[in-house]
Amino acid sequence: MGERRLLRGNEAIAESAIRAGCQCYFAYPITPQGELVEYMARHMPRLGRTFIQAESEVAAINMVYGAAGAGVRTMTSSSSPGISLKQEGISYLAGSNLPAVIVNVVRGGPGLGNIAPSQCDYFQAVKGGGHGDYHMIVLGPSTVPEAGELTMLAFDLADRYRTPVMILADGLLGQMMEPVELPEPIDVSQLPPKPWAATGARGREPNIILSFDLGPENLKKMNLDLQAKYDLIRKHEVRYEETQTADAEIIVVAYGTIARIAKTAIDMARAEGIRAGLFRPITLWPYPYDALRAVADRVKTVLTVEMSAGQMWEDVRLAVAERAKTPFYGEMGGIVPTPKGILSEVKKHAR
Amino acid sequence: MPVDTARMTKVFSRPQSLTEARLTYCPGCHHGIITRIIGQTLDELGLTERTIGIAPVGCAVFAYLWYRCDALQVAHGRASAVATGVKRARPDRIVFSYQGDGDFASIGTAESIHAANRGENITVIFVNNQIYGMTGGEMAPTTLVDQRTTTTPEGRDPLLCGYPIRFSELIAQLEAPVYVTRQALYDTRHIMDCTKAIKKAFQNQVDGRGYSLVEVLATCPTNWHMSPVQANQHVANTVTKVFPLGDLVNKGA
Repeated sequence: MGERRLLRGNEAIAESAIRAGCQCYFAYPITPQGELVEYMARHMPRLGRTFIQAESEVAAINMVYGAAGAGVRTMTSSSSPGISLKQEGISYLAGSNLPAVIVNVVRGGPGLGNIAPSQCDYFQAVKGGGHGDYHMIVLGPSTVPEAGELTMLAFDLADRYRTPVMILADGLLGQMMEPVELPEPIDVSQLPPKPWAATGARGREPNIILSFDLGPENLKKMNLDLQAKYDLIRKHEVRYEETQTADAEIIVVAYGTIARIAKTAIDMARAEGIRAGLFRPITLWPYPYDALRAVADRVKTVLTVEMSAGQMWEDVRLAVAERAKTPFYGEMGGIVPTPKGILSEVKKHAR
Repeated sequence: MPVDTARMTKVFSRPQSLTEARLTYCPGCHHGIITRIIGQTLDELGLTERTIGIAPVGCAVFAYLWYRCDALQVAHGRASAVATGVKRARPDRIVFSYQGDGDFASIGTAESIHAANRGENITVIFVNNQIYGMTGGEMAPTTLVDQRTTTTPEGRDPLLCGYPIRFSELIAQLEAPVYVTRQALYDTRHIMDCTKAIKKAFQNQVDGRGYSLVEVLATCPTNWHMSPVQANQHVANTVTKVFPLGDLVNKGA
């Protein structure tokens, strides 16, 4: 069995990355994920692994590109403005079929915004923030232990599909402390080999890592291959959690920190005789459209709650269509919805 | 009279480290010479099977095709950051980046300076032809004062666009780099000097000595609107006045 420790979300992600065999970590400091960088600075070198405080977010993601191309497990982390800077590199990772983990501890935006929790980077994460037809797998942890678990999973998914994977957290989750049951570190020597990696062409033809082809037919083929991979991911990797949905008349759809708060709100609603439930997407891409649609068939109202102007709400409406009413409650600028605030929205729309 | 080839000695051939792929460079361009020198160096040092090349964006975008080495094609300007990632992941491999003046000294300024400042144990080949060749002859950070390009149609005006940047001199101010040199290829003697410099830059990495940079003054006859011969003369007579040749850093030489 693993080890139980009291950790911040940022630290749980860092420690889990180490246990997942992250060999090279590159980042530039930014609040509210500073503890993640500092944790890696303390621990990676003593394990004989690479920590570099990069000169910029742009440099960090390109160092990740290099380490991923050379076949080792690698990660970077940042918060919203820094993640914007990484978009070029993420597009290259996706186009070059490179596995990497990117952590976004989201803060208020746009622009410099503030350092308070937010979910305003949902579009950027799930719709493709960089150029080109690509997706990342996007995981939305809701508690500190889950942030750790999904970090471990992120490395496996990245390798399995040769794709960038994003952990989409928020400032609250990054800063909050909870007890975490840490798994045993994996044995990196037991990981599947990466025969495609650039490791030196000894006794074989050269491996070339690239996202480039001037021929339209060839580039079309590269794109079709990517899309086929995304179809496979959609088929096998959708993850979500349903709470008290079986008899619900109204369900709340929320992810990350907000889903956790919504759980309390639902209990409060049930205490007042409202049959409320929660649908929590865990993979934000691929989005659990089918599962949400099935729930929507059984309820009158699907209320989306987010710390944004309604970014995930678009996916909820795509899933639900006309099956149920789809009201929205959102807060912005670092305001975190309270259980009471969500309860009053549930009551308003349950009537 | 028939030639008895059996009795002849082959003294010059294509380096084993180069593939059979045809170079995409224009006639008279120096990129081909630099490519050959790198291939020859990898042969002589026996590094082909443990070398990983970093191909930039620019005229050398296809550099991954020329060498019998593993390679990564990377984003514009980021080659030194990617080289850092590869080298840290595989410290026992040989990593070189091949970057033009726009890539290395403009859009990649931060990545270039900081990889050098960290003293990454890599070899950087920096090709300075004072112009953006691939995109059609626009101004480079290294474009000479009064030089006409498609974005300085009346010539580079330093009051509007600044002066040609001597990037290797900037790198040479840093503590970490062990070897920073500027070379040219406009005649045989300089080709031989450049060959020695590139070999030294790779040998430094093999010996674990740290960051080596070889800037090569190259021609772009197409976008300079010169013949190859005129272009060589232009490097010899004009370009080297702005970008003086020689070693800027040569630690423990």
